[in-house]
Order: sequence, then structure tokens, then C-alpha cells
Amino acid sequence: MAERGRFIRNVVIKGLILFAAANALLAAVDLLPLFGRISVYNRIVPGRVRLPYGDDPAADYSLSLYNLEAMFASHEIDAPRAEGEFRVVLIGDSATWGFLLEPEETLAAQINRRGAAGIRIYNLGYPTMTLTKDLLMLDRALRRQVDLIVWLVTLESMPQARQLESPILQNNAGEVRRLIAAYGLASDPEDPRLVDPAWWDRTLVGGRRDLADLVRLQMYGFLWAATGVDQSIPADFDRPLRDLEADESFHGLLPPELREADLAFDVLAAGRAMAGSIPLLIVNEPIYVSDGLNSGIRYNFFYPRWAYDRYRAMLAEWCRQNGAAFYDWWDLVPPQEFSNSAIHRTPEGEAMLAGRLEAELIREIYGR
Amino acid sequence: MTLTHILVFAAVSLAAGAIPRARKWILCAAGILAVYWMQPALPVRNLDFWLPTGSVGLAACVWALTAGKGGGRRENAAAAAVVAAAILAVALTRYVAADPFLTPSRPPQTEWVLIALLAAGALFASAWMIPARRWILAAAVAAILALFIILKTDSLAQAAAGFLRRAAGQSAEFASPLDIRWLGFSYIAFRLIHTLRDRMTGRLPECDLREFLAYIVFPPAVAAGPIDRIERFLKDLRAAPAPIAELFPPGAERIAAGIFKKFVLADGLAVLALSAANADQIAAGPWTWFFLYAYALRIYFDFAGYTDIAVGLGRWAGVTLPENFNRPYLQPNLTAFWNSWHMTLAQWFRSYFFNPLTRALRTGSRRVPMGLIILAGQLATMALIGLWHGVSWNFLLWGCWHGFGLFVHNRWSEWSKARVANLESRPLAKKTYTAVGTLATFHFVVLGWVWFALPSVANSARVFLRLFGASG
Repeated sequence: MAERGRFIRNVVIKGLILFAAANALLAAVDLLPLFGRISVYNRIVPGRVRLPYGDDPAADYSLSLYNLEAMFASHEIDAPRAEGEFRVVLIGDSATWGFLLEPEETLAAQINRRGAAGIRIYNLGYPTMTLTKDLLMLDRALRRQVDLIVWLVTLESMPQARQLESPILQNNAGEVRRLIAAYGLASDPEDPRLVDPAWWDRTLVGGRRDLADLVRLQMYGFLWAATGVDQSIPADFDRPLRDLEADESFHGLLPPELREADLAFDVLAAGRAMAGSIPLLIVNEPIYVSDGLNSGIRYNFFYPRWAYDRYRAMLAEWCRQNGAAFYDWWDLVPPQEFSNSAIHRTPEGEAMLAGRLEAELIREIYGR
Repeated sequence: MTLTHILVFAAVSLAAGAIPRARKWILCAAGILAVYWMQPALPVRNLDFWLPTGSVGLAACVWALTAGKGGGRRENAAAAAVVAAAILAVALTRYVAADPFLTPSRPPQTEWVLIALLAAGALFASAWMIPARRWILAAAVAAILALFIILKTDSLAQAAAGFLRRAAGQSAEFASPLDIRWLGFSYIAFRLIHTLRDRMTGRLPECDLREFLAYIVFPPAVAAGPIDRIERFLKDLRAAPAPIAELFPPGAERIAAGIFKKFVLADGLAVLALSAANADQIAAGPWTWFFLYAYALRIYFDFAGYTDIAVGLGRWAGVTLPENFNRPYLQPNLTAFWNSWHMTLAQWFRSYFFNPLTRALRTGSRRVPMGLIILAGQLATMALIGLWHGVSWNFLLWGCWHGFGLFVHNRWSEWSKARVANLESRPLAKKTYTAVGTLATFHFVVLGWVWFALPSVANSARVFLRLFGASG
């Protein structure tokens, strides 16, 4: 018994030493991004058709995490490029990601299903509305042999004050600061919303939540592969507000206050610079246009008419001046084809946009 | 049981093991506090206080009913006073902090607790004074079983929840069977019925109130077993425990193994396990097998992990709890599986149901063929084990699945006894026979989990169809 006790004591002591060493190593080298690259996706199970995002992991078979390496490693874009494939990536907000849509109903999936020769669309949209978040996704996407970029934007993603309003940005402070510095963005690199992980947070103990998320993301990969579910869609949800407040303000601005400097055109410019020679199409995405109470003042919950009209004019002018390909499809989708917000579309609404976008892509790629 | 529970119970067990003179008091008091602390929060006002109080009160009354009325009156009176004081102390925590820390929600007003204690005291005194006649003990067993049936039958539990909600001045509109989640009642009921039955047959050893309560609400085993026998438990409790230095290593080893099984393996596999939510979403047969295997492993590691933790904590307290699992998925036949899966539950049913039933059938006035006796015994026992998990068609079918399986194995082993004996001289053939048996048994059990894991027969039928290549 004494021998057994000594054995267990030695195991405990050695275990503690190894544990302390592993913690110190992890904190010193910051291995979490590296761990993110270890993935079952595209190897054992198919890659996801959209970036992992989920409020209720047990039902969504997906979860929101901040490890960009892991997010992209779980996406189908991380698989080797097929012979002759023309890679188009879509970046944008939750509407591009496909909130309340099955994987096969999203914009990317619907264009892919139409089967334009050689063109393969990758959905790199991600919920939360800020162009800087889109830029972060674009930065990662361009490491994966992209041939064309479609950037779906809307006014709500553009106010300068909103640019860092996304947990994925706030928890990737280093990456965001790098982008700010590289492209001279207007955002403050010392913004207190940007969170730098403390030494403790990088240890095995402090970072256990992040590590557990990495493991859970791999586990949910099997459920994704078996079920094709990556978002639990409720049977019922609230429709976009039809009757609106008689409120003319937009993020504290009143007519005719909206200036170019209020909006993140610097981020759009950064995206174009980042793309370099790769063609980039800018699409003003469809919005819900209400015909209810006070619809003469506001288009929808997000936008007073004056601000949105001014934004459209400014965006068109900016694209014209900068020689950017621009498609303003703001009223392409009728109000009944929006699901639960002024930007989220139904499968039928998505099909309308897919038809238009596919035609433009074919013209852009094949010149017809 | 959470990691915090385990940590606190570890401290309690070590204290009990290290201070032998106070061990009974420590385990009795800790058990009483544990049933309050582990009780989940319930939407019916104060029910999450009254249910643990019911556990303690029921245990005390069963003791009063079954105890020999001889000596030790002063000690038992002191113990009863301490139990009442402990309950009152828990109730008084409502004045200590705004947020409850020992109970899931704020305990009820003290005057109600005092009234309840007076009522419980009167019941306790009555139980003490009533002579332990056979019919009274049988009525107590029936009462516990009735309570059990109400809790395990959704429609009855919902009606009871409605009644309790109305009694608490709440609307019964939202009553649900989940309103009456009574921590550890299943296991407490098994122990109480065991003591009542043993008292009826004269096998119950004498014990005082402290010892009895320590047995019924032994903290490591109160929520998920194992189901110890009282005579074995008392032997350990009354013996001087080994020095803590000697108890510590094996206890730590079991606790560590249990934590790994439960919190790493079982909780990890839970994501991949077949469930009501994913059963209809899984499109292909191979994936259905994958999730079913994950379920089988998950349920094993979950139960076995809890048992390891309970056994380890028990060791630290100087109590060697019985084993519950012995590599069940590696057993060569279904009988061996049930001798190694949730062993204490199977033994309980064997002692208190299967054996009396088959004995009655064998010795009855009408001659019943042996095959039929075995079929009736296995089927009825396993059906009851199924229904113990909840009164539903799926649990019943799961029980019958195993009941038939055990019967078929019994007949097969009778028939093949001589042939298998011949294999002794042919090691390779024997190994092959064992391997095939193990594989077949494992898959029989795994397929049985389809009934157990899913909420409806239609659900299960669709999964069976998909498993075997037919569209579900």
C-alpha cells in the first residue's frame, strides 16, 4: 500500500509539473491559433458552407468563437481548390451569411445550384454589421486563392462609430490593429473595446473556454456532416416592423447631417487595396421598404429615408470616383420576401438576388 | 453532481474518514444538507425546499417504523432533535443572505417550516409507537411505490404539479412533470423499500437514527447510487476506518477516473450521442450507427463515472460502496451483461422481485413449465426496470427487449451447454465463440438503447429502419 501511495504521489507531482509547463508554453507562444488549424473539417467531415456561428450550439450544431484560424479551417474554402474552379467569395453581414435560411437556401448556395460553368461561390458572410469585420474576413479569404470578391454592404455596416462593434473584432485586437495600421483606417487602435488577452488568458487554465470551443467545433462537425444542419431555424419569428416610429434620426444624426466622413469609406478603400488585382464587386444589398405607418419618414426600422437616400448617393459617387464595380439593388426584393428584419431575406427573396448576381458574375467573368 | 459538489463531498468524506468518532454525525448531517444543496430549482413555490425535507422526513419515519423499540432512546431522541435543528437551520438561511446558497431558491417562511416540523414530529412519533406489523410495513412500501409511480408517470406528475401549483397559489396552467424533479428520490425509495422489506422478513439489522439517515442520504451515493445494502453499509460505518493515508490513494484514483469518465468522455460524447433532437435529422444509416455507438458509450461513461466518484468518495469516508459496473460491454452474453451493468439495481430487483416471483410461480398450486417461469420472471423484472426510468412505452419496450433477450440467452445456454463444453479443448474455437458472443451482445444492447434514448415508439421505429438501410 505504501508503494502504491508513493506511485500515486509521483504521478501527481509529475502531472503537476507537466501541467505547469504546458500552461507556461501555451502562454509564451500563444498556440491557440495553431490549435485552430487542427481540424476534422475538409478531412474527416465536409467543410461547412458558412462560417461557424450559433447562439444555441446544442440546436445549431455550430457555435460562435473568436479563433479565426479555426473558423476558416472549418469552412469549405479551406479544402484544396478544384481543377478549373473559379473562386468567388461573398463577404457581408448576417444577410449574406443566411440568417434563418437553411444552408442550401443561402445566396451562395442558390448561385452554386444554378451551376454557372466553373464558378464556385463561397459564403464568407458573418453576422454583425460592420465593414471592418468584413475586411477581417476578406483578409483571411485572400490567403485561399480567391478569383473574385463580392462585398455586400448596407448603411448599417458603415457608420464609423459602429466599426469595432463586433465581438469577433474585439477579441482579435491584434489582427484589427494590424489592419488599421496597414490601411490607415480611421478606427482608433487604442479603442477600449479591443481586448488584449492577458497572460493568464493565454494559459491552458485561463484559455480553457477557448480550447473547449475548439473541441466542440470539431464535435459539431460530425453533426453537421450527418444532418446538414448548421443553424436551428424557429418555426415562427417576428416579421420586420411595418409600422414605424416617426423618427428621423440615424445613429444620433439628423437631416441633412450625414457626411462622407461619418461612414467607413476608408474601410471600403482598404478592401479594394487588399484585393489588389482581384476584381471586387460592391453590392448595396436589398432592404425592406415598408409601406406602413410613417413609411414616408423611414424605409424600415434601421433607416430614415433621408439618411439612406444620402448614403446611396454617396456610395454610388464614391464607387464612380474610385472606379469600383457597383450594383445598387436596394429595392430588388419586395417587402414580403424579408424574414425577420429589414435585411434578412426569405429563400424566395434570396433567389431573386441570386439571379441578378449570377448574371453579373457571368458578365464579369466571361464578358457576356 | 457538479465538480463543486465533488470537491465539497471530498472534504466531507476526508473529514469523516479522519475523525472516526464524529463520522456518523458528519455523514448524517452532510447527507441532510446535501439533499437540499443538490436539489434542482423548481418553478413551484418552495417545492425545492419541501422535497428534500420530504426525503429526510420519509427516511426518519421509515426508521421509526422499522427500528427495534429497545435501547438508545436518548441517543435517538438527540439525533431526531439534531435532524430537526438541521432542517430549521437550512430554513433560517433565508435571513442570512439575499441569494440562497444552500437551497436552490429562498426557503419558505419560518412559521411554515415550524408547522411542517411539528407535523413531521407527530408522524415520526406515531411511526415509533405503532408496532411494526407486516401489513403496516407493506402499506409503507405501497405508499412509497405510489409516490414513485406518480413521479415517473408524466400524466400523474403533471396532475400532481397542477395540484401543488394551486396549493402554492400559482396558476396550474403551466404545470409540467418537470415541476417535481425530486433529487435522488429513486435511490432513496430503493433503500427505504429494501429496509422495509428486510424488516418484514426479519433480516433488517438494528441501527440508530443517525446510522439509518447516513445510509439513506449518504452524500456520494444519494443522487445516482450505487444502492448499497444496509447491513453491509453498517458494517463499514461501525468499523474503525483505515488511516486516511491508506484510504487516500485508492479513493483519489477512483475519483480521478470517475471525473475523467463523466466530465471528459461522457460530456464530450453527449454532443455526438443519438437524441430526440438529432434522430430525425440524421439522413444516413452509417451516421445513425455512429451516433448510436456514441450514445452507448456516453451512457456507460456517465453512469460508470458517477459510480467511480461515489466509490472513491465513499472510500475516503471509510465506506466501501458496492461496484456498479464491471466492463459491461465486454461481456460474452446478455446475462453476463446484466451481471455487470448497474449491478446494484439489477441485484435489488433480483432480490425483491425476480426471486420472490419465480419462487411463487414454482411453488404455486398450479404447475407452471420452467421455461414459462423464466420468461415471466425475466420479462416482468426487466419491464419493471424499464418503467423505473419512467412510465412510457419506450422504457417498457426497452425493458421487454432485454427481458426477451435474457430469456433467449437462458434457453440458448441450456441448449448449447454440452456443445460449448466441447470447446474447452479447442482454444481458438472457444475464443471465436466468446468474441462472436461479445460482439452480438454489445450490438443487442446498443440496439436496445434506441428505445431508451428516444421519446416515442415512432421515433425509435424510424431509427431502426434507417439503421438497417430502409428509409425512415
